[in-house]
Formats: sequence, C-alpha cells, structure tokens
Amino acid sequence: MMLELRGVHAHYGPIHALRGVDMAVQVGEVVTLIGANGAGKSTLMMSLFGLPRASAGHIIFDGEDITGLPAHAIARRGIALVPEGRRIYPRMTVLENLQMGAALADPLNFEVDLQRMCALFPILGERRHQRGGTLSGGEQQMLAIARALMARPKLLLLDEPSLGLAPLYIRKIFQTLRELNRDHGMTILLVEQNAHHALRVAHRAYVLQHGSIVLAGTGRELLASAEVRAAYLEGGQVR
Amino acid sequence: MRVVVAQHAPSLRERLKDAAAVACVALLLGVPMIGLTTVDQGGALHVATRWPVLAIFVTLCFIGRLLARFGLDRLQLRRRSRPAAVSALRGTGALTAWVGWSCLGVALALPVIFSDNRYVVDTATTVLIYVMLGWGLNVVVGLAGLLNLGYAAFYAVGAYAYALLSTQFGWGFWQALPVAGAFAAGFGLLLGWPTLRLRGDYLAIVTLGFGEITRVILINWTDLSNGPNGIASIPRPTFFGLPFKPDGDTPTFASFFGIEFSPLHRIIFLYYLILALAMLTNLFVSRLRKLPVGRAWEAIREDEIACQALGINVTNVKLSAFAISAMLGGCAGVFFAARQGFISPESFTFNESAIVLAIVVLGGTGSQLGVVLASLVLVLLPELGRDFADYRMLLFGAAMILIMIWRPGGILAKREPTLRYRALSRDGGGP
Ligand SMILES: Nc1ncnc2c1ncn2[C@@H]1O[C@H](COP(=O)(O)OP(=O)(O)O)[C@@H](O)[C@H]1O
Ligand SMILES: [Mg+2]
Repeated sequence: MMLELRGVHAHYGPIHALRGVDMAVQVGEVVTLIGANGAGKSTLMMSLFGLPRASAGHIIFDGEDITGLPAHAIARRGIALVPEGRRIYPRMTVLENLQMGAALADPLNFEVDLQRMCALFPILGERRHQRGGTLSGGEQQMLAIARALMARPKLLLLDEPSLGLAPLYIRKIFQTLRELNRDHGMTILLVEQNAHHALRVAHRAYVLQHGSIVLAGTGRELLASAEVRAAYLEGGQVR
Repeated sequence: MRVVVAQHAPSLRERLKDAAAVACVALLLGVPMIGLTTVDQGGALHVATRWPVLAIFVTLCFIGRLLARFGLDRLQLRRRSRPAAVSALRGTGALTAWVGWSCLGVALALPVIFSDNRYVVDTATTVLIYVMLGWGLNVVVGLAGLLNLGYAAFYAVGAYAYALLSTQFGWGFWQALPVAGAFAAGFGLLLGWPTLRLRGDYLAIVTLGFGEITRVILINWTDLSNGPNGIASIPRPTFFGLPFKPDGDTPTFASFFGIEFSPLHRIIFLYYLILALAMLTNLFVSRLRKLPVGRAWEAIREDEIACQALGINVTNVKLSAFAISAMLGGCAGVFFAARQGFISPESFTFNESAIVLAIVVLGGTGSQLGVVLASLVLVLLPELGRDFADYRMLLFGAAMILIMIWRPGGILAKREPTLRYRALSRDGGGP
C-alpha cells in the first residue's frame, strides 16, 4: 500500500471540509478522485501535506503515519504535488523552476532528470531560459508536472491539471500521465473535475461529495455508472 | 504603486473634475495651514487671515494637478505604444555586467583621482556603507520577499558590539568583525523565530517595532550602552597593526612606509576598507543566490505553498535569509562604528531603516547594481541639495516619486537568472 487515508477530517475554522475520508492508493496505480467544485478535493490533497492538518484520522504513506508531520518532511518522504493553479515560480526561468523541483534530489541526477523532462516535454527544453510567468497555461502545467517529477517522487499528486487548458494540452497531459504510469511505474493520485479523461486513465476512482467519499470503483465502472454520468459527464459536468 | 489610468484618454471635463477634487483637498488643508496665521501684536497673539495667499495656493494646486495628470497620461500612452519589450531585453545582462565593472573601476580609482579632496572620499565612503547595507537588506527584501522595516537594529547591534568589544575588552577591528557579525546574525534569528509566520503588513509592523525597541533599549540601558550619550573614542581600524597617527613610539603607517603623515591616509584606507567589505558582500550574496539556499529564498518570494510541496523547509529558509541579512548589516555597523569613532542611538533611527529600504526598492528589489545606483542617488541627492537648505527633503521626496513614476519596478527591475545551461543548447533547439 502506498497511501492510505483512514477517517480523515479537516477543518478551515468552522468549515468542515473533509468528513471522514477513507481511501487508498496501491503501488503502481493511477487513482482518480472526482467531485464538483467545493467538494473538498483540493483540501484532501493539501491535507496530505498537513495544510490544513487533518483534525481527525490518519494518513499513512509507505507504512508510516505522516499525519502530524510538517509539509516539507512529508514531501521529503517521496510525495510530489502539482498544485491547483500550477503555482510555478513566475519570475524564475524554466530551468530554475526545474532546479527547485530537484531541491531534494541527489544533485548527481540533475542532468539526467533534466534531459528526461526535456524528452517528456520538448517545449520545456526549447523554452528553458524563458520566465515561467510568460509561458502559456498549458506550458505552465507541463512545467509544474516536470518540476514535481524532478524530485523523483514515489507518489505523484495532481490537482486539476486540465483546469483551463485547451483540449490539445489536456490530451497531451493525460497521455503523459498514462505513459508515466505504464512505462515508469509511477503511482499517481489525480484530482479532476474533468471526469471523462480522468476516469479513462484511472485504474480506480473515488467520487467525493461534500467532504465524504460517496462512490468508489474501477475507472471503467464509474465511467459506466449512471450516477456519475448524470453528475459529472453528460451535460451535468460541473465547471 | 502604479498609477491606474483609464484606457481611454480622459476628456477635458474629467481632467477638470480631477483637478477640482485636488483643489478641494488643498483648500481643506490650506484653511488652517495657510489661510489662518498668528501674528504677534504687542505681546498678544492674534489670528489673522491670508485669503489671497490661500487662493493662490489652491489655484496653483489646481493647475499643477492638471499639468501633472496630463504629463503622466502622455507618459503612459508612450509606454503602451512601445512594442512589447519582453524578449528585447536580451542584451541587458551584458550591459548590467559592463556597468557594474565600470562602477568598480571608478570606485577603485576614486581616491587616486580625488586624493586631496577629503569631502569626496568621505561622501563616497558613506555611499559605500549604504551600498553594503542595501545589499544586506536585499537578501531579505529583494530575494526572500520579506519586508523588514527595522534593519537599522542589526546595523546598531553590529556597531555597539564592536564599540563594546573594542572599548571594554580591547579587541581589534578584525577580531571583532566576525564576532559582531555573528552576534547580529543571532539577533536576526531571535527576531525571525517568532515573527516569520507573519506575512506582509504584519511582518513589516513587527520588524518596525523591533527596530524601535532596539533603539529604545540602547537609550535606556545606560550600564551597557551609556544611554543617549553614546560610546566615544572607539579605536579606529589599523593597517595590519599600523595605526594612522602622527609619529609615536610605535611604528605608524606613515613611519613604516617612510611617507609623511597625512590625515587623508586614514580616510582613504577607510574608503578602501568599506569598498572591500562591500565587494565581499556582493560576492557572498551573488554566490549564495546560485546555491540551493539562495534559490530557495527567491522561490519563497514567488510561491510559498509550492515550496512547501517541494519539500523546502520554509521556516528555515526564511530564518537563514534573516540571519544572513542581519549579519551583513552588523558588519556594516562595525565599519560605521570604527569610522565614526563615536556612536549613539541617534544614528540608528527609523530614518536609517527607511533609507536603506528605499535604496532596495528604488534600485529594483533583488538587483545588485540597482542598489548601487539607488545609493548614489539617495546619498548624493541630499548632499547636493545642501544648497537648497530647507527644501532638501522636498527635493529628496520629489526625486523618489519621479523614479517610481519613471520605473515603477525600480531602476533595474529585471532579474538575472542564476542558471545558464549550455549543455542543452546543442540538442535542445531554439534560442
Ligand atoms: N483556505 C480556506 N479557508 C476556508 N475555507 C476554505 C479554504 N479552502 C477551501 N475552503 C472551503 O472548503 C471547501 C472545499 O474546498 P476545496 O477543497 O477547494 O474544493 P475543491 O477543490 O473540491 O473545489 C469549500 O467549501 C471551500 O469553500
Ligand atoms: Mg480544487
């Protein structure tokens, strides 16, 4: 088991954002979490890093209870996050952004990893001296993913990577995720509102509603499920 | 702050309305300040009115606002119509380096050129102190993006540490420098520890308070600091043990080199000393910027949450920025104490913090060369302005406003990347 959440609750002051979430991610899996706007998806991602800290329940990563640890200590254990809204460093160049991603990695790997990222996203190699803030949204998203991968994580978390991107970029990003998982065995936990793509790459998926998991199954099952179709796919897709 | 201007050119009516609003404010302020005045009539004070003067004042404000607004709009229009200069800045890196080296060349030659002009060398020394302070504060404000309004506190800690170590324990300049620097760094940690969870305005207020507290303690803890009287006869730095003074029993700088004594020797030595310290500071900070810790400072300024998710210990990185910045300020303080020979809490008021901060902000936060240019402006302007006597500070303020209008991001707002990776250019394609 790579990651396990047992009855996790989280609060923002009086707001009860997570109400006892149980979920699990196995080694080598792609797991998708779908849910409407405000369901608590980002909160769940951030609470893995203790921002906000789970007010009850346990988060177990790689057999270790990481519930109370500070964010940087959790990242150091091998979890990398591609945050909602990308959060690349706008005034730093592409290369510097990637360098920050490798802050914890062995410096000896830097060149190899850099070449790997440029092979994965050739546009990043071409734009390496460009400031992050001047990239297009899709390029920024690729940079955010590449930056997270520079840390050589065991578990890659992505919070709505398709948000606000052109369909071409969305396809490219989901294809990359599939390749990362298939060819490199990367374990991925993906949060999406864009359920269609996300469920197709997922081995398993969960549906989050008002801070609790209301549905779980394989990606295929959820794609076929009437409830999911109604709420997140056909027309009902919440923006 | 950027002046917000509507996209369309304002009509005459809008301009008049805007100017009228300003004139109204001028009138409100002007009634008590200009319209009414007290006159001494045989011992008794009487209030007299000066309505014509007030009318002139309000009219001037009206016309001035109209003209200023018009000028500003023209400037904005010109700026907007200029082709986007994003990638056209390619050459600035080389230019910056060139200007930087020229500045260093001039700085090195200055005492030779002006070897008989004490005033010039003295003023240049002051400029260099502010350059060093600016580079030190730049670590926290420019790189890490944490506002510090109490930088003079670290300057004071360094200065007092040297003053006490030298007068009470007979330490020399070179022995005391690292110790005082470390002491100031410790102070930086002490301040940083409880305050770094605060952000933006709150951090600014707390650092402001800390700066004032330090000064008040120095005034009141008379046993330690001799209170408002300050500490006098602080030993001056020596040239590797050779003092700068007229003949004595021990060899002096002049007698050792067999030259005639001149009080200028010490002035010039002090100048080169602060030049060396400032250059060391520059090297140190530029070096750090390329190391993981320096890169983390900048990353934290850009996005703290992203940093946490990448495994960076935000608290430690901020603390390191605070400590290093404090250390550099402390070292500048040591030099200040050694140069003046006398220090008192008067020298470390909020005004000092504000000037150093202004240097960093006007220079373009994060830019090393910008700090030099801004120090030149901010130190030389009041000096040149001495002829203007009372209007000196007015001139100073006007110059600052003009710089901010001309370059809202600071004189040199462009950030130099720390990493240029050539190995890729063979197979990467593109520029
Ligand atoms: N920083 C915050 N402070 C207070 N409430 C928040 C904060 N962030 C999110 N929330 C609330 O928590 C709930 C879940 O938000 P979020 O996790 O961002 O949802 P999602 O990512 O699924 O759209 C929402 O009701 C939101 O208003
Ligand atoms: Mg979200």
